[in-house]
Amino acid sequence: MKKSLISIRDFTKEEILHVLETAKEFEQNKEQKFLEGKVIASLFFEPSTRTRLSFETAINRLGAKVIGFSDAANTSQSKGETLKDTIKMVSNYVDMIVMRHPLEGSSRYASEVADVPVVNAGDGANQHPSQTLLDLYSILQTQGTLEGLTINMVGDLKYGRTTHSLLQAMSHFNPKFIFTSPDELRMPKEYKSFLDSMNIEYVETDSLDAHLNECDILYMTRVQQERFTDPMEYERVKDVYTLNASMLGDVRSNMKILHPLPRVTEIDQDVDDTPYAYYFKQAENGLYVRMAIISYLLGYR
Amino acid sequence: MTRKELVVSALENGTVLDHIPAENVYKALDILNLKGIESQITIGINLASKVHGQKGIIKIADRFFEDEELNKLALIAPNATVNVIREFKVVEKKKLSIPKEVMGIVKCRNPKCVTNHQPVKTWFNTVQEDNEIALKCHYCEKNTSIKHAF
Repeated sequence: MKKSLISIRDFTKEEILHVLETAKEFEQNKEQKFLEGKVIASLFFEPSTRTRLSFETAINRLGAKVIGFSDAANTSQSKGETLKDTIKMVSNYVDMIVMRHPLEGSSRYASEVADVPVVNAGDGANQHPSQTLLDLYSILQTQGTLEGLTINMVGDLKYGRTTHSLLQAMSHFNPKFIFTSPDELRMPKEYKSFLDSMNIEYVETDSLDAHLNECDILYMTRVQQERFTDPMEYERVKDVYTLNASMLGDVRSNMKILHPLPRVTEIDQDVDDTPYAYYFKQAENGLYVRMAIISYLLGYR
Repeated sequence: MTRKELVVSALENGTVLDHIPAENVYKALDILNLKGIESQITIGINLASKVHGQKGIIKIADRFFEDEELNKLALIAPNATVNVIREFKVVEKKKLSIPKEVMGIVKCRNPKCVTNHQPVKTWFNTVQEDNEIALKCHYCEKNTSIKHAF
């Protein structure tokens, strides 16, 4: 039976760990062309250079060919074709579909219409599971374990889908959470209820300094203008946190800073040269994790 | 004849839905798709109820419902009782139970949900949210509260 990856909750703890182990294999040897002869569609109904290039590089490194588009403007969607028809048509041609779409739930729907596995590369503000898996991989590689860690999430915890998915995924591994956000952008109630139901500890603060020295992972996020419906709300909170090197004097020695990128003002450039900065390596890890996801869903790993 | 029998006349064959919250009677007609059907329907609103203060009642002649249809009603009338009438006698009394899934009828409250932009039938799973039932969208994974659903 075909298996898709739409939401991080589609993977069990065992599947998550399996994909992370597989990613290690690709990090050690990225020339493994066992998908030669396969064709994979890369359908980007909204632009995302970083995610698209990472997926397409992963596909190429595995030896498969890529077809697709990077912007819906030049497709028959702009002529009014339904998503269902586009997916049906493409699914006849290829062995797998990687898609990003601005509508939430679009990838789930596509996976029900398509005859081939679908990988969600982001559906609006909803899910972006390959980002979550590369975050987990980065945590595993820097800490040596996923168990019992303290994760400090900073910034837009209300609209930031990466923090929501990471929270769900980390819930398998006995974490503690610190939620650092302005009042307007606090972690939504449904996620806190979820943690309560799992007996997972968390504290909330609006001060970046307050718990900086108590965490193993500092997960910084950008306040994304495109997620706000109220422009005034965005103006009030856009530059609320800036991390710089002088704040890192007493942090744990194993502490690493992650950021899904692109960053704007929330991490000063002087942090880049500290031993705590990991965000560029984190982006590189996306390649190995996406190679692992594709290989696993197609039944090769 | 007692006064109670005068208020709501007897049904030969059909279904009586009793103990519907008075304010949700019109919604109940929607959920059960009763608008525009040809059978005789008697509706009572703001009737006195010993247990629930004011209640509503809907009597539908010659119409019998599947449990699946009735359980949708539980979303807005969890305490409703269903009496199946044949030849003036109550042959079956049913309690409603909250359905696990709700397909169609409800629109997703998330304006960016795919179901509000593409011809996709809505699909929700019922979940607990702060001791209330909410509908979690199978597609966008956002919750729509029952209050906002109908």
